[in-house]
Amino acid sequence: MSAPVLDLSLIPPLGEPRPAPVPEVHSSTLPSGLQLVVVPRPGVPLVELRLRVPFAASAPRQAAAHAARTSVLSGAVLLGTAAHDQLEIAQLLQANGGELSVSADADRLLLSTTMLPDGLGAVLGVLAELLAAPTYPAGPVDAERSRVVERVHIARSQPGVIARSALAARRYGAHPYAQQLPAPELVAAVTPAALRKLHRERVLPAGSTLVLVGDLDPATAQDVVATALAGWTAEGKAVSADPVPAVVPQPLQLVHRPGAVQSNLRLGGPAPGRTDPQLPALRLASMVFGGYFSSRLVENIRERRGYTYSPRSGVEHLMAGSSFTVDADVATAVTGPALLETWYELGRMALTPVSEAELDSARRYLLGTLALGTATHAGLASTLSALFGAGLPADWLADHQRALATVGIDEVTEASRQWLSPAGLTAVVVGDADQAADQLRALGPVEVTAPALESGA
Amino acid sequence: MPCPAGVEPLPAFPAGPSGPGPATRTGLVPGRTRWRQLAVPGGGVSHGAVRVGGVTAAGADLTLRHPVERFTLDNGLRVVLAPDRSVPVVAVSVFYDVGMRSEPPGRTGFAHLFEHMMFQGSAHVPKMEHARLVQAAGGTFNGSTHQDYTNYFQALPAEALERAVFLEADRMAAPAITEENLRNQIDVVKEEIRVNVLNRPYGAFPWLQLPPIAFESFANTHDGYGSFVDLESSTVDDAADFFSRYYAPSNAVLCIGGDLDVAETEQLVRRWFDPVPFRPAPPAPVVGEPSPATARRGVVEDPLAPAPAVAIGWRVPDPVGDLETYLGTVVLTELLSEGDASRLERRLLHTDRLAVAQSSYLGLFGDPFDVRDATLLVSQVHHPADVPVDRVLAAVHEEIEKVATDGVPAEELARVTARTEAQLLQQADSVLGRTLGFASAELIHGRAELAGELAARLAAVTPDQVQAAARGLSPDTAAVLELRATGGAAR
Repeated sequence: MSAPVLDLSLIPPLGEPRPAPVPEVHSSTLPSGLQLVVVPRPGVPLVELRLRVPFAASAPRQAAAHAARTSVLSGAVLLGTAAHDQLEIAQLLQANGGELSVSADADRLLLSTTMLPDGLGAVLGVLAELLAAPTYPAGPVDAERSRVVERVHIARSQPGVIARSALAARRYGAHPYAQQLPAPELVAAVTPAALRKLHRERVLPAGSTLVLVGDLDPATAQDVVATALAGWTAEGKAVSADPVPAVVPQPLQLVHRPGAVQSNLRLGGPAPGRTDPQLPALRLASMVFGGYFSSRLVENIRERRGYTYSPRSGVEHLMAGSSFTVDADVATAVTGPALLETWYELGRMALTPVSEAELDSARRYLLGTLALGTATHAGLASTLSALFGAGLPADWLADHQRALATVGIDEVTEASRQWLSPAGLTAVVVGDADQAADQLRALGPVEVTAPALESGA
Repeated sequence: MPCPAGVEPLPAFPAGPSGPGPATRTGLVPGRTRWRQLAVPGGGVSHGAVRVGGVTAAGADLTLRHPVERFTLDNGLRVVLAPDRSVPVVAVSVFYDVGMRSEPPGRTGFAHLFEHMMFQGSAHVPKMEHARLVQAAGGTFNGSTHQDYTNYFQALPAEALERAVFLEADRMAAPAITEENLRNQIDVVKEEIRVNVLNRPYGAFPWLQLPPIAFESFANTHDGYGSFVDLESSTVDDAADFFSRYYAPSNAVLCIGGDLDVAETEQLVRRWFDPVPFRPAPPAPVVGEPSPATARRGVVEDPLAPAPAVAIGWRVPDPVGDLETYLGTVVLTELLSEGDASRLERRLLHTDRLAVAQSSYLGLFGDPFDVRDATLLVSQVHHPADVPVDRVLAAVHEEIEKVATDGVPAEELARVTARTEAQLLQQADSVLGRTLGFASAELIHGRAELAGELAARLAAVTPDQVQAAARGLSPDTAAVLELRATGGAAR
């Protein structure tokens, strides 16, 4: 079969865009300082709940212990309250279609669940108990701590986790953001008393954000929340992370993973934050480079050369600093060539303009997927939780869409020059150094290290 | 992310950014299986249709009566349209009735490799342009290979509907199968297998390692990702034959959901798909096999794993031919394993402290309604090295025996059903999730409407049905796979 040629006259044109419904966002602040965001939305008869509690380490020297305590707290908070034990809590949630998941990152705790609409009062009642009257009972906490230790060991055996941790350590040094996973020995030392203290000091309404999206009436929901959470009045001030350190040029780090059949390439550097006017241009640059399938990196190292299944780039936001990152897991034999092509494509972004077609495609994709991502209760709830948690108004979404629509080629080049230049990115490779080191040395200095994570315990 | 039940059903492209944040509660361990691609129609509220509410209302009408239109083209293509105009989004999907279980000896992994080939361009679409035409319209796309089918799908702004219909029709007519594309995608698939299986702990556990112990036939036991030998020896002729045999319009379902006008969409579908010529559908592969009469046990060693794990597989009733009985097994699975209140979570993690994670699910990929007979209920447990595997097994069997002997309190069943209903609704909230649910119900069960009836069907399951299901899970006919951690992290 001869290669087909694209005849655009054959391709059905796009119709007129239909306006997406604008979410009706009701925001208020309770006397306790808790910010409440309620969004009624047509769709399935469910309500999505997201409670975001600021949870950054208070200082670098406490970061390791804080990460360990947080990893236990996020499971142990569900182990009992003054009124109910762990099983009763789970049953109360289940009866209303819910199951509370508690996750943590370097900035916050996030409690999430879905529920059937009639369960709103009951689920908020359980939530109020967990926030205001958790018991952290000694026996169950001991069991949870043992499980977390095991889970940390399992997580640390994953090459993706090893790579992410190595890059964070390299980029953030002594800053708490370097803590990707807690050390097992610190987890093993966490006591119920330490959890109670951490909860008392840090699980505070001030600075926290509760988002409810779905089949609800805003006024009723506000009343139900105000009543249910009236007892959550702990006082104190939310802690946020200090600014991240400036980039220090460092040689490529190769983390030796003996026998690995792939090398995990990870590059990362700073990026504009959510309120930086350069963010829209940088997001578009990241898309054109490696942010989606129709990107240069995917075309090059996947679809042309077959080096990898999963190349990608992206922009991530933490409270104290945003990042541009590049990931690719490549066959060991092509570790060097894959990094070379990645650098080449980054350099090309930084030095030469993207095409009008590339920019238009990236723009439409970002606008389209933003609409898709907020077209469900769960997607909208998570998006609003992140925005309000970062102190941004709901208007941010519409403003950002407008900004994306007007970015030009020159702005993309300028953003690429500043943020995508290979010289400004920190690079880590996890792989078999016996096979990968020489390849990588052909491209520049390489620092080979032992797999710090796996020997730590 | 370790994710034993895996296990996305082998997608052409990795989904979303990798990995969760650090220290998530369930993020550190093999993820608990969620029902994937289960769907009931949403938009019920906006259409003023039946509201689903009653938590314990087993007798209430939980059927979301969402309109489903269907017709068949002269070339045999079955078409299902599921309009819902609440958000300006459409989803377009094509399901072909060919999956990993259709593969012959010597061609393991071919269904998945061929799935990749369907993104390499087609008669009027050069390589890379399929992605560009979808993404530059603001849409997303992917495909995935399952045990019994292979699907392709796009979610797009409503104004891009015709473009997606064109793209699916163009590759149904003539994908661009060239030597260069094939060699390239063999390399890509090998990297996919390395990233998901070979270079990580628990990569094949248990979805590639349990079937050889649990089943007898080649269809059910072979490696659906494929051996490198088989993949590398694949030829353009193999691909052309595979296409000719399995990718006939009469062997496929086209399902379009979301913001669409039924009459207009039927016209679009006829415009682009009518020209695809008829070919006869292949005979259905034989994937059923006799139920086992004995217990079987196997051991695998995982040099990358830091801790052991075990999986138990029981044969369950025919999901299609005996759906009513099977529904009891579906509810039992949820009762055993879903959430902190479930029987196995309580016993293994909280009461006896034998495990760090447990999950039970139906079908190798965790969707109970998208597989045919023969299939399994799988319970998998990750446990510390100092807990003997036989203690774990004894506890699991005891919990099932309790249900088999004592039955299930109605109150507990009502809670389980409420949770299940919420999960079904959550899936149905996305246009894509809903559309894929309709499509797989049409292909596997012959009735798209089933997807909309599942909440009601599951709510109607009685304690007796759950008890009967538990009686079918005997230790004497179970297949047990032990994973031993033989290397891995230095401790």
